[in-house]
Amino acid sequence: MATHAAGGLKPKHQRLVLLGIALVVLIAAALLAIWALRNQASYFYVPSEIVANPPAPDRGVRLGGMVEKGSLRTESDGVTIAFVVQDGEARVPVRFSGIVPSLFVEGSGVVAEGTLGTDGTFVATNLLAKHDENYVPREMEAMTKAQAKSVVAETQ
Amino acid sequence: MHGFANPARFLRIARWLTPLCLAVGLVLTAAALTYGLFFAPADRLMGDTVRILFIHVPSAWLGMAGWTTIAGASLVELVWRHPLAGIAARAAAAPGAVFTALCLATGSIWGRPTWGTWWVWDGRLTSMLVLLFLYFGYIALADATRGEGGSSGRVAAIFGIVGAVNVPIINRSVVWWNSLHQPPSITMGQSAIDPAFLWPLLIATFGFTLIFAGVILARMRAILADIQAEARLRRKAMAQG
Repeated sequence: MATHAAGGLKPKHQRLVLLGIALVVLIAAALLAIWALRNQASYFYVPSEIVANPPAPDRGVRLGGMVEKGSLRTESDGVTIAFVVQDGEARVPVRFSGIVPSLFVEGSGVVAEGTLGTDGTFVATNLLAKHDENYVPREMEAMTKAQAKSVVAETQ
Repeated sequence: MHGFANPARFLRIARWLTPLCLAVGLVLTAAALTYGLFFAPADRLMGDTVRILFIHVPSAWLGMAGWTTIAGASLVELVWRHPLAGIAARAAAAPGAVFTALCLATGSIWGRPTWGTWWVWDGRLTSMLVLLFLYFGYIALADATRGEGGSSGRVAAIFGIVGAVNVPIINRSVVWWNSLHQPPSITMGQSAIDPAFLWPLLIATFGFTLIFAGVILARMRAILADIQAEARLRRKAMAQG
């Protein structure tokens, strides 16, 4: 058999080697694509990116970060809210008129869709609440971390 | 492994393993979902919406595990030419697609009250939708190129392996890119999910997985029976002709 003689390999092992090479090439191609997508595939910009590299005022972008504690207030018209989105490095003031999602609270994540005004205020047309990875029962919300830990330890 | 490649031995084992997987899986799933849907506490922020978690997470896991099964079985089929591996790959496709669709549907229903939107094109959601389309493509391809032995054929097997690239992308999408979907709650050895949610979630995941395995085994038996019936018909036709 010609294939057999080629590398002194059994056909089975030859297929394994071929497939192995194909897989390496495939993974390399995928990594290249992911690397090329690293910026484009992000769903939103964080405040430090917006501040460092402000988008044009007519360009719609998404801004994502944490709603700064104590920054949320309602304007005199009663429907417009203003708050600050921060990522620990930069802060961007945001204004939004409309209905906010129920999970939108100070100290939690938010994604705002809209445009950055020339005065540095982000005018949002839509707000999305971002849920974090923590799942905590309602009863344990008011407890301190230490209390919650002891309750968890008791129930386990 | 060669022992399991023997269809006769496989059928002997599958005969009792199939109902066992399905029965235990159904009991565990029913118990976990009953607790999760009716007795688990409400979440601090999400309230009762958190209960969707108990269906969404196992479905997502099986959507990805399904394609990993297809890829693994396809590899065995291509390299070792085990006919049973091709049958396993084909059997895993439809249940995998169903769980992927279930994951997308429950995620969407969860997203509306939680995020305020049914759908966004972020990395996690988009890569999961791509997985569903890959399943459709695989099912169509495996059906169209089905060989006489009932295996899915080489083209489908190659497609199964190439498509596996998407699985780690789904898994890592929330880490690599900013996404609306939250990062993983359960990572190696630690969990950001309270034990009151975590235990029913893990049991539901295990139960779903057993059901999934049982369905694959049942489908493999059905495909083998089909092949047998076809062969018998062919022999009959030859004898008469």
